[in-house]
Amino acid sequence: MNLTPSFFSYLLHLADDTLILGQRNSEWTGHGPVLEQDIAITNISLDLFGQTRNIFQYAATLYNESGEDAQKEIEALLPQPWKSYGRELQEDDLAFLRDERQYRNTLLVELPRGDWAHTVLRQFFFSAFQHLQYHALTKSSDQQLAAIAEKALKEVTYHLRWSSEWVIRLGDGTEESHRRMTQALGTLWPFTGELLLPTAYELEAAQEGRGINPSGLRDAWTEKVDAIFSEAGLERPSTAWMQSGGKEGRHSEHLGFLLTELQYLQRTYPNLTW
Amino acid sequence: MISEQAIWQLLEEVKDPEVPVLSVVDLGIIRSVHTEGERIELVITPTYSGCPAMDTIRMDIRLKLLEKGFREVDIKQSLSPAWTTDWMTEGGRQKLEAYGIAAPLPRQQFCSSDLFHEEAVSCPRCKSYHTELISQFGSTACKSLYRCLDCHEPFDYFKCH
Repeated sequence: MNLTPSFFSYLLHLADDTLILGQRNSEWTGHGPVLEQDIAITNISLDLFGQTRNIFQYAATLYNESGEDAQKEIEALLPQPWKSYGRELQEDDLAFLRDERQYRNTLLVELPRGDWAHTVLRQFFFSAFQHLQYHALTKSSDQQLAAIAEKALKEVTYHLRWSSEWVIRLGDGTEESHRRMTQALGTLWPFTGELLLPTAYELEAAQEGRGINPSGLRDAWTEKVDAIFSEAGLERPSTAWMQSGGKEGRHSEHLGFLLTELQYLQRTYPNLTW
Repeated sequence: MISEQAIWQLLEEVKDPEVPVLSVVDLGIIRSVHTEGERIELVITPTYSGCPAMDTIRMDIRLKLLEKGFREVDIKQSLSPAWTTDWMTEGGRQKLEAYGIAAPLPRQQFCSSDLFHEEAVSCPRCKSYHTELISQFGSTACKSLYRCLDCHEPFDYFKCH
């Protein structure tokens, strides 16, 4: 498969979404509301990191195997410090050494973890989307991406089930849990639109048959949200105005802080391995 | 020159670091073994995308083969078709039960992704089906946590995947 700026951006977008959400969820490790759920959210992080690694490894391989001309074209997407290392591109370089504006994740996944209601509702919105997205990607004309999606889909099925149950449990739980869920919904809803709003590189990747246009998933996603919300006693907000920009590198103030922690080791001890 | 069958036998000695009663063959993650002269090519498939044991397993396979004098070992990873617990061997399932972990139910017949649905899992200690799910996620990515309501022991269930 040939390397193009749009496809490389597309891979970064997929991997950044799972990387940043995994990092956010991992903040619960040791702080979960009960031990079993602490383990659950940590396991979900682990799955997300595994998916991230598969995609970054693939992106790095694609880059390393491409000709100089194709490599030059994606210069702006590569991590600056790596360029002085004089070795092939590796998955960790992509995860730990890019600048904030080079990340292609949605704003939704970088928002602070908030309380447990925020965390499970965000996971639900994301998993419901990722499930549809990866399902469609199993038919990608890019065989490696299709295989990564096929593998991940089984894991995402568990995430979707777990987060759906929590949305129902809290939405249809006590007065306090319902209040917290409603509050989380108010905060998170304006960030859901970006999942379904295609960027130029997504459209290009879709046109090549390698990626998918997320706007085609809108009906199925909305249907899933409505189905769970009706059991949870929650109402889908009618707000039409949505935040966007993350997928194109325009992030909220939260991402920088997250990256500082995520990248600390590789920034402090460049090229460290163990 | 070594036969492919002999390599399969050697691989029986490489254990899953997180469930040390299971070999990599029992787990069903070895997809193919191919030998050509002194060269050995293996294809393995990960259980879960993020399973931290996979890196260790890859290294353990290499060390085991090195120990037997095989230096040219090429381990390739294949993601599709995706690993399923249905690939676990019958011997593997029995070893799991004896170790105190409930073996995975056959995926097609029993496993569903329905909400609030619990699979009827038998307690590996007292064999009772009077058990309940504590959490879909357990001590490792591949297990969920159950409790037996008869003998009152908690136990791991190697979940359908």
